[in-house]
Amino acid sequence: MATETQAPEAAPEATAEEQLTEAIAAAAQPASDDSTPLERQLVIINWSGEFDKVLPTLILGSVGAASGYKTSVFLTFWGLLPFVKDSKRITGDGMMQKMLSFMQRPGISHMKMSKMNFMGMGPWMIGKLSDQYNVASPQELLEACQMMGVEFLPCQMTMDMFGLKADDMIDGLGDPVGAATVLELMTENNTGSLFI
Amino acid sequence: MSDVHTTVDAKGLSCPMPIVKTAQAAKTVPSGELIEVLATDAGSVKDFAAWTRSTGNTIVEQTEDDGVYRFVIKRA
Repeated sequence: MATETQAPEAAPEATAEEQLTEAIAAAAQPASDDSTPLERQLVIINWSGEFDKVLPTLILGSVGAASGYKTSVFLTFWGLLPFVKDSKRITGDGMMQKMLSFMQRPGISHMKMSKMNFMGMGPWMIGKLSDQYNVASPQELLEACQMMGVEFLPCQMTMDMFGLKADDMIDGLGDPVGAATVLELMTENNTGSLFI
Repeated sequence: MSDVHTTVDAKGLSCPMPIVKTAQAAKTVPSGELIEVLATDAGSVKDFAAWTRSTGNTIVEQTEDDGVYRFVIKRA
């Protein structure tokens, strides 16, 4: 009787050992995709087109990319205009689009201040102080952003409304996208998002 | 201490350029090698601590001499 009871016990024991071996082998396998940490991401909605608001977008964008965040900047409404080539003066097709570009000159070198603009006195004074304290210019920061791999996404609706063509825009921008694309990015895990 | 692989002179530059220049230089530095950063931006003390935490690089030496901050960072 004793030997009979021992025999069935021996079989499950061996199986348990096999299971343990399998479990160890499985644990030694490279981690599957869902156990690797998610890439950290920074998404900035750049809605404003003024110097004092585009500057923090470019500062945070460049540092985001420099710190290893996948960084995207959505360029929408007024925030798209500084990303038109500086050399473009009048843009758009219809009279209203042309008038808008005349009233608000596009290009990163032509940004105004959101406050204390005083017909250009404000930007001039800030420019002087920036030089004195070695603050990087928007142009330098934009270059740094592009070098570090920040993705700039123009808003298709804004492009259409202002009558802007791909050729009007600076080099290195991503394909124009819409709100759904940006919302998807903003709501991913490990993502910080800002509206400036 | 082994030799410094690359030196980033960010003296006189203000935020965010010391970090941006260091990150750009770091791309060309092999893992385990040392980057030396010189900066005068007082904010860089906290900023480099944060940047190394974010990127996995390590500050192995940090000194200040007459307003110049020197960081020696080991590449992750």
